[in-house]
Amino acid sequence: MAILSLKDVRKNFGKTEIIRGVNLDIERGEKHAIIGPNGAGKSTLFHLISGLYGVTHGTIQFKEHLIQNRTPYEISRLGLARSFQVTNIFPRMNVFENVRCALFWPHGYRYSFWHLLGRQTELNERTLQVLEQIGLQDKMHFPAGELAYAQQRALELGIAIASGAEVIMLDEPVAGMSHSEAENAVQLIRGITEGKTLIMVEHDMSIVFDVADRISVLVYGEIIACDKPENIRANPQVQEAYLGEVAVNA
Amino acid sequence: MAFLKKSTIWIAYLLALLVLPQFFNSILAISIYNQMAIAIVFALSYNMLLGQGGMLSFGHAVYFGLGGFLAVHTLIMIEFETVYFSIIFIPLVGGVIGLLAAIFIGSFSTHKAGTVFAMISLGIGELIAASSLIFVSFFGGEAGVSGDRTFGPPLFGVEFLQDVEIYYLAAGWVFIATVFMYLFTQTPAGRMANAVRDNPERAEFIGYSARRVRFISFCAAGFFAGIAGGLFALNYEFITEENLNAATSGRVLLMAYIGGLGYFIGPIVGAVILTLMNSLLSNYSELWMLYLGILFLLTVMFLPRGFAGFIMMHQVAWIRGKLHTLFIPYLLTGIPALILILSCVALLEMSHIEEEVLHYLGLELNPATLLTWVITIVIASASLFAIRLTLPRLRAAWEAANAIPDSEDG
Amino acid sequence: MLDVFIFATLNGLVTGLLLFMLASGLTLIFSMMGVLNFAHASFYMLGAYFAYSISLYFGFWTGLIFAPLIVGVLGAFVERYGLRRVHQAGHVAELVFTFGLAFLIEEAVQFFWGPGTKNYQQPELLDFPLFTLFGQEFPAYRGFMIGISITIFIGLYYLLTRSRIGIIIQAAITHPKTVANLGHNVPLIFMGVFGVGTALAGVAGVIAGPVLTTFPGMAVVLGSIVFVIVVIGGLGSLAGAFIASLLIGLLQSYAIASDVGVPDLLNLLGLEFARDHPLTDLWTMTLPQIAPILPFLLLVLVLIFRPTGLLGKREQ
Ligand SMILES: Nc1ncnc2c1ncn2[C@@H]1O[C@H](COP(=O)(O)OP(=O)(O)OP(=O)(O)O)[C@@H](O)[C@H]1O
Ligand SMILES: [Mg+2]
Repeated sequence: MAILSLKDVRKNFGKTEIIRGVNLDIERGEKHAIIGPNGAGKSTLFHLISGLYGVTHGTIQFKEHLIQNRTPYEISRLGLARSFQVTNIFPRMNVFENVRCALFWPHGYRYSFWHLLGRQTELNERTLQVLEQIGLQDKMHFPAGELAYAQQRALELGIAIASGAEVIMLDEPVAGMSHSEAENAVQLIRGITEGKTLIMVEHDMSIVFDVADRISVLVYGEIIACDKPENIRANPQVQEAYLGEVAVNA
Repeated sequence: MAFLKKSTIWIAYLLALLVLPQFFNSILAISIYNQMAIAIVFALSYNMLLGQGGMLSFGHAVYFGLGGFLAVHTLIMIEFETVYFSIIFIPLVGGVIGLLAAIFIGSFSTHKAGTVFAMISLGIGELIAASSLIFVSFFGGEAGVSGDRTFGPPLFGVEFLQDVEIYYLAAGWVFIATVFMYLFTQTPAGRMANAVRDNPERAEFIGYSARRVRFISFCAAGFFAGIAGGLFALNYEFITEENLNAATSGRVLLMAYIGGLGYFIGPIVGAVILTLMNSLLSNYSELWMLYLGILFLLTVMFLPRGFAGFIMMHQVAWIRGKLHTLFIPYLLTGIPALILILSCVALLEMSHIEEEVLHYLGLELNPATLLTWVITIVIASASLFAIRLTLPRLRAAWEAANAIPDSEDG
Repeated sequence: MLDVFIFATLNGLVTGLLLFMLASGLTLIFSMMGVLNFAHASFYMLGAYFAYSISLYFGFWTGLIFAPLIVGVLGAFVERYGLRRVHQAGHVAELVFTFGLAFLIEEAVQFFWGPGTKNYQQPELLDFPLFTLFGQEFPAYRGFMIGISITIFIGLYYLLTRSRIGIIIQAAITHPKTVANLGHNVPLIFMGVFGVGTALAGVAGVIAGPVLTTFPGMAVVLGSIVFVIVVIGGLGSLAGAFIASLLIGLLQSYAIASDVGVPDLLNLLGLEFARDHPLTDLWTMTLPQIAPILPFLLLVLVLIFRPTGLLGKREQ
């Protein structure tokens, strides 16, 4: 059974339908990429799955739960973590705290006001581990808002992956990173999602074809193709709608 | 090691609280200490809301006041032997009432931060302040209610007849409350309060309901505000509507802001400074509130992180061992700045005074003669000029002390 | 009964329109800068005080013209050198700034004019009853207040919807970036709107001063109610502010004029409570008594059940 399953999902903003009947099944352990031109609705789809927006129509099933009307925190607690295309961190807290916060709920602290953080060795060690993975351990005392852009992107990724959720959704995780930074990030994503489910929006085709087991092509709110990378590459419809454009631009 | 360092600070804090009455022990001094003690707890509780939780409240006095009223009523009950316990627990009564009020009000007011929260807090503050004048039997109308703290069972022979005894009791409570408020910042709930302040949307994606997180901080803030109210009740043995109205709410905002939001020590600094200024300056000048207003506005505009923030600004220079390079430039700008402030104050006082002469800094100024005015204005302008002259140097020194050396970048 | 009702309505109308003169400026400023100006009523107070001082030498009518101008210039100055500076620090800092400003203005007024009430009088020209109904007089000055408020609103309406500058302002409120790209000086527009908004508050102060008394607490008395109005009406909605102003004006006026209370209700229900009951205040409460808290009760209810206000769209 699919871990995440969208059935005829639609979303309107006012009168315009931005997501126009998306059906998508994502299997446990799959690395799934969603590609599509700017404004196709990829981020909106992420927002629908993660609970930022409610759907206008359709159902979203995550594991055995119907989540289309759940709040982001409920969905997050079920084991779905995500990153944002527009950097979305806690600017006044330092880098260490940013990452540690993402670990509270998965480590079972809930709303505790009786655990002293300094004493939670396991939690703190895990935080340091994540910091090392994203290469920010020497910046850990800096306020997150003062980091350079690429470092904020790394932190954004760190917050998403820290929790060790079963399903990780990344919205353009390497956008704005330099080539070598992006390469590191891809290595990291690959390592961290080992045995987990990954859903990723990415414009860099080399990364998409490198990482993904399956690719969905979203154009104007509709999935026009969903297949293995090699088939997507060969699909004439996709080439026309999307890849052709990229090839011309490149 | 870190633990040792931390506990040193706490021990120093406790000692400072305890030895304070040994240095100045006049009645006035003790009464100022008591006010300070109350203000510290109250301002710290306010910081839980605004500094740590990002909730701007214009009605925080509600919890202080309700706690205080119930505390006075409890004193009355002790007096009439309806209940029987030592008055040292009175602040806890206040705290519980503050907590209950906060649980009720927080249940519907914390779903949004920002302007909506600020407006609800204002509305509720006004509502309760206005109602307190209607429900006379509980709030005592304009006159308030009063009790007597000396009826409870004595504690080791102490009957709390004197203010200094109350001071030690208050100091104990201040210490305990400070410790607990600090510890709160070191828990997941306290840390998530910061996260929700910074970015409520993102907090929801790491499993937390922003509303729930705010609610918890809100309740904690109400609890400690209530403790402060209880301390107030013990100290003054009466309480009036004024202690829960908008003016009191505004004052605690001023204290926390001037002291420095976002730093744990900030509100303590603010409470101490403002209480001192209030008790000392208000004796000398009728214009004290005007000065306070100016000070507050200048703080908001130029030192958005308050006094504590100003001190913390020097951290980098301190770590780099360059703090001393700032000393002379500070002095060069600081002295004229001080003269400027003093002469401006002289001008304000002279235009306000009704007597013949103004006794000011050991001088006798005569507002009736033009010359006094001219001289004061000349001094003010000269010091302003001196500031403009020395400011570039200070700025340069500041930049030099804070600049990142090339080798250290990493 | 009918006479009470008619006079309560007229008085409610006077208050409502006066409140709207404050609320309209506050709403304009809010839609433009996204900040609630806590000090708005302080500018209203300054209007009254300036007009009082001017009227001592040049009479009421000169004050009516010049006091709002001075207040407007002062407001523009505050925007330029104060608010704009704090703007980067976010809405909370702005709100705190205007809160501090309100505090400071109150103290400054006491410094310049003293803590007492000023004997600011309505002009002799208008010191006659406009009409007499059921043996009760309605003062001409109140009629004048209604007239001047309505004139200003019509003028403002035409300025905003029909004139070029009004259209630019409306566009600057919703799309500041686009308007800036079109070559308009948006900061100047902001400053101008702030100045006009505060000047409106000044006008309100000038005409309300003689009726509601000119004293240092007058800003506080009206300030929180105006806040209540813009929030109830829906932040940023002029129409909402208008409805809410009249609503609050009338509500308070009726509540004060009526003399019913809980005892009447209890009588009606045939219930009786002991006079020395601890909750006796609750049983003896009357409507005039709770009139001052009605706006705040309404505010809290609206914010809980409809956080966007009556006609508001925009959250936060
Ligand atoms: N809150 C909203 N209200 C109205 N329209 C919206 C909203 N959010 C997104 N849209 C519109 O929906 C469309 C899809 O946006 P979305 O951000 O999902 O695109 P995307 O595929 O992620 O594009 P990109 O590659 O640029 O990130 C766009 O036309 C956008 O203008
Ligand atoms: Mg996108």
